[in-house]
Amino acid sequence: MKKYNIALKNTFNNIKNTLPILFGVILLIAWIINFIPPTLYHKIFTGNNITDSFLGALVGSVAAGNPINSYIIGIELLKQNIGFVAVTAFIISWVTVGIIQFPAEALLLGKRFALIRNIISFFSAIIISILTVLILQLL
Amino acid sequence: MIKKIIIKIGGNWIFLILILLLYLLTLFFNKDLFIKSILYFKNVLIEVVPILIIVFILTFLANIWINNKKTNKLLTQKAGFLQYMTAVVLGILSSGPIYLWYPLLSELKEKGLKNSLIAIFLYNRAVKIQLIPIIIYYFGLPFLLVTTFFMIIFSLINGYLVAKFTNN
Repeated sequence: MKKYNIALKNTFNNIKNTLPILFGVILLIAWIINFIPPTLYHKIFTGNNITDSFLGALVGSVAAGNPINSYIIGIELLKQNIGFVAVTAFIISWVTVGIIQFPAEALLLGKRFALIRNIISFFSAIIISILTVLILQLL
Repeated sequence: MIKKIIIKIGGNWIFLILILLLYLLTLFFNKDLFIKSILYFKNVLIEVVPILIIVFILTFLANIWINNKKTNKLLTQKAGFLQYMTAVVLGILSSGPIYLWYPLLSELKEKGLKNSLIAIFLYNRAVKIQLIPIIIYYFGLPFLLVTTFFMIIFSLINGYLVAKFTNN
């Protein structure tokens, strides 16, 4: 019985510490999604594959929300002749890098962990996008 | 002085207060944005509550089970192939937004779970089974297969590098 009481107490403390962060992150995402107009994404890209892949990963890192939105925006970008590398980097970083979620990740999993994980994920998105496009061209 | 206040109130509450201040300012300067954001927040909240309940139940169970020498040893021992693959599969299978899983991972980290496994789990949250039909519809099967393959491989590289740079 003591074991369950301790577990319950620990879980309650976890909920108490976590809820303000989760509410904060959801509120921040809700605000940013409504603040940034979707048309802004189209204006950022330059048409250069190398800089666009970096920009794609950067924009995807800042964006948040359901991944389906990233596919819809991605398709719109492709229609406007934005390179496939940039769009792929955008889609991958949307789900792997979380700048908006960073405060929550840093508070709960450690600042160093969150920083390193997001930086590595950012560069991974660029590399994956280049490799993906190279392989798709070969197929 | 500020540091003392932050420690007393807690970084988590300061974060929420700052966001609420942002909303307060938005209410004064852009009421339309405020209403849209609140509605979006409400919809997301309705969506995440069931997953959040599951996460807290899992946290409770983790607190019961991961409290003896045997399970603690399993968490803290050097991560091997099986642990890496388990983190990959659990990451793919887990649902809901990434931030909902931070509390459980934080609890497990305190009990000794390796940073590499947390990083692998989080990276594989990007590979979502329920989104497969949508990805195929928009970008085609080859795109899905190639990106999924690379994302799983890079999740392992990610885990290795995170462990190396966080000394864990």
